[in-house]
Order: sequence, then structure tokens, then C-alpha cells
Amino acid sequence: MADVSIKPITRLLVANRGEIARRIMRTARDMGMATVAIYADGDARAPFVLEADTAIALNGRSSKDTYLDIEKVLAACRRTGADAVHPGYGFLSENARFANAVIEAGITWVGPSPDAIAAMGDKLSAKRLMQKAKVPTLPAQELKPGDNAAAAADRIGYPVLIKASAGGGGRGMRIVSHARDLDNAIAGARREAESSFGDDTVFIERYLAVSRHIEVQILGDRHGNLVHCFERECSIQRRHQKIIEEAPSPVMTAELRARMGDAAVAAGRAIGYASAGTVEFLVDGSDFWFLEVNTRLQVEHPVTEAITGLDLVREQLRVAEGEPLGYTQADLSITGHAIEARLYAEDPGNEFLPAPGRVAVWAPSTAAPARFDSGVESGSDVSVEFDPMLAKVIVHAPTRREAAARLARVLETTRIHGLTTNRDFLVATLRTPQFVSGDTTTDFIERVNPPRRRMISSTALHEALIAIVVESQALRRGAALVLKTLPSGWRNSVMPPQRVRFMHRDEEISVSYQRTFSGIFEVRIEDAQYAVRPHVAGVGRVEIDVDGKRVSAWVDSAADHWCVTGVDGAISVVELPRFVPPGAKEFQGGMIAPMPGKVVETFVAAGDAVAKGQLLVILEAMKMEHRITAPIDGVVEAIKVVAGEQVANGQVLIEIRKADS
Amino acid sequence: MALLNSNLDVKSDAFLRNRADMMEMLDTLNALQAEAAEGGGEESIARLRARGKMTIRDRISWVLDPDTPFLEVSPIAAWRSPFNVGSGFVVGVGVISGVECVILGHDPSVRAGAFNQFNSKKLMRGLEIARLNRMPYVQFVESAGADLRGESGEDPEAAIQREGDHFAESGRLFYEITELSKMRIPTISVVFGASTAGGAYQPGMSDYNIFIRKQSKVFLGGPPLVKMATGEDADEESLGGADMHCTVSGLGDYLAEDEMDGIRLCREVVSHLNWRKQGPGPSLPADDPVHDPEDLLGIVAKDLKAPFDMREVIARVVDGSRFEEFKPLYGPTLVCGWASVHGFPVGILGNNGALFSESSEKAAQFIQLCNQIDVPLVFLHNITGYIVGTDFEQRGITKNGSKMINAVSNSTVPHVTVIVGASYGAGNYGMSGRAFGPRFVFIWPTAKIAVMGPKQMAGVMSIVQRAAAMRRGIAFDEEADAKRAAVAEHWAEERSKGLYATSRVSDDGMIDPRQTRDVIGIALSACHNAPVAGTKEFGTWRM
Repeated sequence: MADVSIKPITRLLVANRGEIARRIMRTARDMGMATVAIYADGDARAPFVLEADTAIALNGRSSKDTYLDIEKVLAACRRTGADAVHPGYGFLSENARFANAVIEAGITWVGPSPDAIAAMGDKLSAKRLMQKAKVPTLPAQELKPGDNAAAAADRIGYPVLIKASAGGGGRGMRIVSHARDLDNAIAGARREAESSFGDDTVFIERYLAVSRHIEVQILGDRHGNLVHCFERECSIQRRHQKIIEEAPSPVMTAELRARMGDAAVAAGRAIGYASAGTVEFLVDGSDFWFLEVNTRLQVEHPVTEAITGLDLVREQLRVAEGEPLGYTQADLSITGHAIEARLYAEDPGNEFLPAPGRVAVWAPSTAAPARFDSGVESGSDVSVEFDPMLAKVIVHAPTRREAAARLARVLETTRIHGLTTNRDFLVATLRTPQFVSGDTTTDFIERVNPPRRRMISSTALHEALIAIVVESQALRRGAALVLKTLPSGWRNSVMPPQRVRFMHRDEEISVSYQRTFSGIFEVRIEDAQYAVRPHVAGVGRVEIDVDGKRVSAWVDSAADHWCVTGVDGAISVVELPRFVPPGAKEFQGGMIAPMPGKVVETFVAAGDAVAKGQLLVILEAMKMEHRITAPIDGVVEAIKVVAGEQVANGQVLIEIRKADS
Repeated sequence: MALLNSNLDVKSDAFLRNRADMMEMLDTLNALQAEAAEGGGEESIARLRARGKMTIRDRISWVLDPDTPFLEVSPIAAWRSPFNVGSGFVVGVGVISGVECVILGHDPSVRAGAFNQFNSKKLMRGLEIARLNRMPYVQFVESAGADLRGESGEDPEAAIQREGDHFAESGRLFYEITELSKMRIPTISVVFGASTAGGAYQPGMSDYNIFIRKQSKVFLGGPPLVKMATGEDADEESLGGADMHCTVSGLGDYLAEDEMDGIRLCREVVSHLNWRKQGPGPSLPADDPVHDPEDLLGIVAKDLKAPFDMREVIARVVDGSRFEEFKPLYGPTLVCGWASVHGFPVGILGNNGALFSESSEKAAQFIQLCNQIDVPLVFLHNITGYIVGTDFEQRGITKNGSKMINAVSNSTVPHVTVIVGASYGAGNYGMSGRAFGPRFVFIWPTAKIAVMGPKQMAGVMSIVQRAAAMRRGIAFDEEADAKRAAVAEHWAEERSKGLYATSRVSDDGMIDPRQTRDVIGIALSACHNAPVAGTKEFGTWRM
């Protein structure tokens, strides 16, 4: 390749948000660069903005008005004097027009050439390019409006996958097993593709129901060097989004690794790749097929960093500055095993629906060494506007089994409070025998079906409730304005005990307690009685003896929500109010919008009898379609919304009367 | 401030015996408290609950801020009377919405909340606590009216002869409720049930009335009385129901949906009172005593004959066992000094023997000093009285005792009295006994209160009668005298017992000695709702 002069980066603008913005800035700072953040309105106080040396408001709420607005990002570069742009992943990271505009503005683009991006951006043309480079591909066909989709599907053979041509991240993706579902799936995929990528082009492809998603990290420089940094396996996916990724793959052989590595490097060479990129494959046995090239840093890049010792962001920045890699394929090797889990604010019990909210408490576990790439801190908001990922947690251990065990434990003992997360689901997944044995295929979640939430024993629950009442009474005593130094709940006669009610999942639990003379709390939960001696309480952490068993736990609260993180993991409960003002009683029987969004379609009419689980409404929010289903058998009382209507979080969509009432 | 040393031998036979005796007395106390808490019994409570109603203890426990202390006053009143232990009435000092209040009310499970002389006395005591300490007054009203049971079965003539009170003296309660209001002490009524006839003035005189839908009944005359008086057929709801009073008559200010809602509204009312305590503090460290309060169980002997050092009690009551003794070398039968309890500075007077001229004068001086610097006083009784005898009279024991009583009577800083052991005769007065207006008086199970010791009393009577017989020249029947003396001593003993005193509401309750520090702390904190101001004005000192 041509002579490349070194052009050092002094001020790096990160055209992204959240954890990846923080992660990129961390390396940039280490390399002596000043950092510039850009931010949407909702991110004004986000950690990545606070940590940047300077930041520019993009004045807008949605992705479209902010991180996707090329003009605004370029203006931010000009205003701050940034001499390089790192796009992170998502947003404009694979937008060739943006890359071009950056380069034309005389700013260093941290990424592959706009041509390489463009070549890979359209999945169909990418496939053709790969076929030329002799990389195996799956049969596929683009679907133009008016095309005979059924014929194409028949030719390819069911099951088929409908994919957005411009897409990624599972958006605009549908699996179709039967011809009768084809039209609906295509329409849905087009809608999502249009709203996510501004391009409703979709294509149809052979779907491999049981396979592995294995990708190869490639790294090239502008001097013509190109290496691969081995593979990552990302088969554990929900809603076509990866949630657990690892390196190396548990099924990799030296032979297959060499073949896939060669294919990936060939793919990279075919497009003159000069940055960090990823070639994705589906693998079945010793066969593999090219899926796509991601011309950016991947979310899951840390597992590669762990096993190779490379800092991929540093490599990207060096390459962008014009430095050669300075090593060859033979210099790279794998050490140990790394697994990453993606913690999301989402509800695994409700189809993994995003569950935005405020992170009341965020405290990474210190139980064992782990890397936390998080975009949040205590007090951060997870907004409906953006991806609800809280953090990536990565562990690196000598063996895969140890890595899985440690990651599960680290996740379990991390303090997260204030919102619903997939944490328990991740922990359960990591502990399934199938995962531990490496039986990880893309249908893992459907096939193994790890529990969406974990079993909580009554002992664990009772200990958590005890920790809460001990903590809460200590907090109240500490905040008392009068008689502050008197013992808690002091009595000189026989009075009823202190009483408090909690909701745990769908169960209401009453707890009563009374401090005795000796400082022991007699706690009664349902029919169980405990003698509790507090040692530490009122500081967010309790150390208590429950009938002689030491219980240590973090006790976090946000309004009436409590979260106890102890030896058995986290247990969340809601404290019920002592008094409920009349009229404040909860509305019963209304199906409410779980988040702000747009009503796509309603499927029932007033007076219809509905069965539990029946589809009522499709709501589009956070770029995804959410199905609102009937929670009970009943009769539709009223439809409160129409298709196309914007709805607020908590807005009543449909009222249902219980069948037997 | 110096740390008090303890010379208590917790392994000694005397200590262990005292402790065992005290534990036995505490068992009795606890049993009586449990009995009081049972109210009208399981069946009666079940009936109440079936109607969506709560016992008074439940109501109070819900109105209190969670985990805050509640000091019940005279919980075992009416023991050894025809009425239920506790008298079917609860009064106490507790915290509502961060404000220390006097909270009281009838227990509807006990004879539908009927009045009797014991719970009337408790109610009046509640009003007094509110008035003296400037505490918001919260009454949970539900009463069937007077309990006529005390009189039933008795010969009407005997009853008339026995009675020393008259209707003409009744109704003071209503006067005192409005007096509180005049003093800018808020009064709040939550009417949980019937509040009729004179009882209607309980809410009538209150600043805030919370009525409960379908439960509160407030009228001067019920349907039968209305029928008799005017011939009108009236139904209870339109005559005095909560809805009517809150929408038509205006007697009700807040309409609650149910009992819990009434309690919620009560808490809201208190939260808007903008209540500011007018006394200072607590201002000093409130660390636990260095010496174990558990030891308080073994200090006092049951028969009160064995002397003990009151400093051993003080060392287990005051913050950090710190005590600065005043005049330790002078008048040693009275221990005086400064300390703090739960952070409130106090001057303490404790008996270490009979009161002599020196100890009396020391007390008078100490009380004046505490008034000079606005420090409340704590009296710890173990007093057989002022010393008697020719020598002492000639040296002015009555005169000097009077100085002490003058000082105690006219002192204006709050007094909290704890009767630890004996409290006999004028010693009770000089140590700020009940009649001398201490803000609070509590007694230990070992306490005895009387004009003099039972044996002394029986002996005095015997001597007086023997002298009378001799004067009249008749033979003195030694055997009859011995019998009479034994009977007199027995009943004097019974009447002098702490349990008897406390059941007559002549104090604010019998306490577990180990709770002394906390009881005093709550009492002091209550006192500090009013300004804490001493005086330089006393009666003329008899010199």
C-alpha cells in the first residue's frame, strides 16, 4: 500500500454514547488524547459526558435528531477542534456517507475506508463480494415490493429469515417457518427496517435453525497488514441480539479456526480493510457460511481483548494515525477463556421488553475480578430513546468453566437497583449444564429455555425481608427528629408489633417485628419466627444474625422499592404503603403501555372475549415491536387507542373485565 | 465530668436475691400488662374486627411513626378494682408525623369504651400532660358513656353514703380541651364510634375533627332520647352520622372512609401543625451508661430494709455514667449532681438515707441552682422521711425541710420523679412527689409509698390506743391490739405497695428498672415541648 505518513490524533470526538463512548475515551486518554463527547438531551448528565474533557449538546431527543445527524456531529467537530472521530458501534459507525464527510472535513476517521463500509453496508452486495472471494454464503434473495416472496421462499426452503438489508442488531428481522406467515413477517420487517435504518429494503435468506454464530475479529492497517484475532462465539441470543459472547468458541478446532481465519482475512482483503472489523459466520459442524462483515468495533470486542491482550480501540486509533500494526499473525495467541454478558434493563419475564427507568444503585461486584464496561452510574437514567444496555461484564479465566462460574457469581453479586434487568436470566443461562458443556447454538434460549427469573427460596426471601426491616428501621431511627437516641420501637407496655407489608413478585407478605429489651428483634414472617441481632444497619448494608446465622447484605432502596444483594443474589421487593388514600387505589383491568411508543395495530374490539395470552395491541417503541397480550381470560371493555396514536408510558390501551366477574 | 464508679458486687448473695425478687415482681407486672393488652378479651376483639374496627392499641400503633417510642401512662390502672386492668383506656406519649403528642382513647373492646373513675383519671392525666408540656393532644373517641357497673348490686343507701363526688363537679374534661386550644396547643379528635350526650363535646371542643363514614356517631341525644324529648323519630345517621356532620352540620372537618383512613388523616393533620418544640436540645452526648443497666435489677432489696447507694442507680441511668456531684461531702444522705439523660442536661437528687437539716438545705440550694440555669430535675426516691427526734427538731429539721419543700414547690424547671424504693411521709413531698406537680412520676416494682412504713403505722396506732386506754384507766387488751395491729399493718402494707399506687393512677406507671433511663429520656423530651425556664421566685425562705 501507499506510503502513509503518521498523523497523530490530539483531540478525539466520540460520536457515540453510553458504555462504548466511555470505553473509547478511556483508551484515548491513556494515549494522551483529549476527548470530546456529543450528547442528546437525555444524556446531558450521563457518565460518558461528565467524563469527557468537553462535550457538545446535539439539542434533540431521538437518535435521528442527535447521534444520527451527520451535520450536527460535524459541527461539533468543528466547534471543538476535534482532529479525529471514533464512531463506536451503531449510530453512524457504518455510514459511509458520514465517514466520507469526516474525511473530507480533514478529520481523521477511526474506521475502515468509506468504500469498505459501503461495500459491506448492503448485505446482498456483500454476499456477492464474498462469493467472489470464495467465502461460503447462504442462499438469499432481495425482496423488492411486488416480488413474489413466496416463490423465493420456496426456492430457498423454509425456514427462512427476513432481514433488513441495511440492518443489524436484530432489528427488522423475522424468522418464518410457514408460507402463511410470510407476508406479515415481511411487512413487520419492512416497518422496523424503515424506522431503524431509514431503508425498508429487506431480503430473504435460508435460516439455519440450529447453528452457531461465530465471528472472526480482523485487524488491518494502512500498510497492507491484515491479521485475524481469532474468533468469538455469540450464539446466545434473544430477539436476534447477542447477550452472552465468548472467546474462544468452545467448539473450535485448530483446523476450523485456520479455515475461518483465512476466510475472514480473505474477506478483509477483498475490501481493503484497514481497521478493526468483524466477519460473521454461521457454523454447523465443520461447515461455515458468511453472514456479514461489520465494519466497526463490535460490542463484544472485550472478550477478544481479554484472550489476546490487545486493546482493540488502541489498535484502531494507531491504525487511524497511520501506524503499522507492528506484528503478524504468528505473534498472536490465545490465553485462557473470556466470557461477556450484556446486562440490559429489560424484562425477561415479559418477552425481554425494554424496562427503562432510573438506576437507583449501580455498584459492580467486587466478589471476583471482572471488567465492567458500563454506561451508567447510580442515578443514571435509562431512557426509552436508546438501547437499554446497562453494562457489559467480562471475565477472563484460565478455563471456560471457571470463566462461566465467575461471571455468574459476579453478575449475581452486582448491586443494581431501580429497574428490571436480565441479570437473573444471564446468571441462570451461564449455569445451565448446556452452557457449561459448550452446547451453545443460536436456538439456545428457545431450546434450553433457562428460567427467566430464578427460584427464590423462602429462607432467602425471609432473610432479605429481615434485612430490609432491620435496615429501614435503622434509617428511620437515624432520621428521627425527636427521641432519636431511644431504642427502636421502644415500648413500656404490651403493644402490637411493627407491621409492614411487601410485594414480592405477585405475592403479598406481611412482616412484623418488635425489638426486645436485649436488642434482639423478634421478626415474624407469615408463620415463621426469627430472632435477629443487628450488628450493622442503617448504612446501606446490614450485618445481622438470624437465629445465629450471619447474614450480610447490601440493602438499597429507591422510594418504596427495596433490593437486597446478598449471598443468594439480589432480591427485589416493593414495600406497600401503610395508608392508601381513597381514590389512589390502583386501576385494575387496564392494559397499559409499558413505555412510550406508537400503536401499530389493535387486534380486538370492544365486547370481544379474549383468552389469556391473546394478542391485543402491537406497540412500536424503542425501535421494536412489542406485543401487548391479555393477562387474563376476559372481555374487552373498551379500546382506548387507535392505530398510529402516540402513547405515553402507563397510558391505558385497553380495558378488560375478568371473565368471571 | 467524672465517671461514676460502681462498687456493686453482682455475684453477691444479696444482689442475686434482690434480682430474683425483682424478676418475680416483673413477672407480675408483665402479666398485668398482658392482661391490660387483652382488652375485652378475644371474643370481644373478634367481634370488633368483624365490624372493621380495631382495638385502641392497634389504632395507636398505626398512628405512631414506625419504630418510634411510645410511653404508655398508667398501663395497669384499675388493678384490684371491679374494672378491667388498664381500665379499658390507653394514654401515652408518642410520635405522630415527627411530633410528640399525647395520644389517648377508650378501648372499644372493653365494655364499649365506658367511662369509669380510673379511665376518667387517666384521661384527665392525659390532658394535664398535654397542658404542662405543651404537647398536641390527640384523642381517639369512642365511648358508650358512664359504666354503671361499679354501683350495681350495692345497697343504694350505702352507695350514697360512700360517694364523695357529684355530677355537679363533672365535665372538667371539656373545659380542659378548650383550654389547651386557647393555649395554642392543638387538639385533634378522631371519632371512631359513639360520642354521644356529654361525649359529643369531646369533638365539639376540639380544633380538628376526623369522622369515619358509617362509624362515627356524634349527637347530644340519641334516637330514644330525641323520641322522649320531642317525639321525633330520628335515625342515627342523619342525627349524628359522619356524612351528616361533614356535609351538613360542619362538626366534622375530615371524612374518613374507614379506621385506617381516619388514622391517616390524623397523621396528616399533625404533619401540618408546624409544631416547634419550645425547649432546647437534646444538646449533650447520649451515649449509653458505662455500667450495665441490667444490674439495676439487683440493687434494691424487696423489703427496702437494706440501704443502697443511689449512685449505683445513677451510674446506670445517666449518659456515659457521667455525673458531677455537688457538695459530695455535705449532707451526704442526699446525693445531688449534674448529668444528662438521652442528651438532656439534668440535675439529679437521690436519697442515700433520711433527710437531715444539712441534706435538706443542700437540696434547696441545688434546686435553686438548677432553676438559675434552666436545668430540669430528676428525683430518685428512696426516702423514709425527714429525720425525727428532739435533737433534730431543735436544730430546725422542720424549718430546713420546709426550705426544701419550698424550693421543690416553686421550682419551674421540669421535674421527673422516679420512686426507686421507699417514699414515705413528707419525704415524698420534698422529693417532688405526685402532689408537687412533677411533669412525670414513675415507680419501680420495689416502690412503696405511704405516710409512713406499715410497721411504724401499726406501732404508732398501738401506742396511741394504749395511751388512750391508760388515760381512761381501762385495761389494754394486748391480744386484741396485736390482732388489730397485724390487720392494720397488713392493709397498710397492701396500700403502700407500688402496684396499688400505680393502679390508682397516682403515678404515671410502674416501670422495669432497666428502662429507667429511657423512660426519663422520653419524659424529658416531652417536657422540652414547653419552654424550659427556671425561676428566681420562691416562697419566703424560713431562716
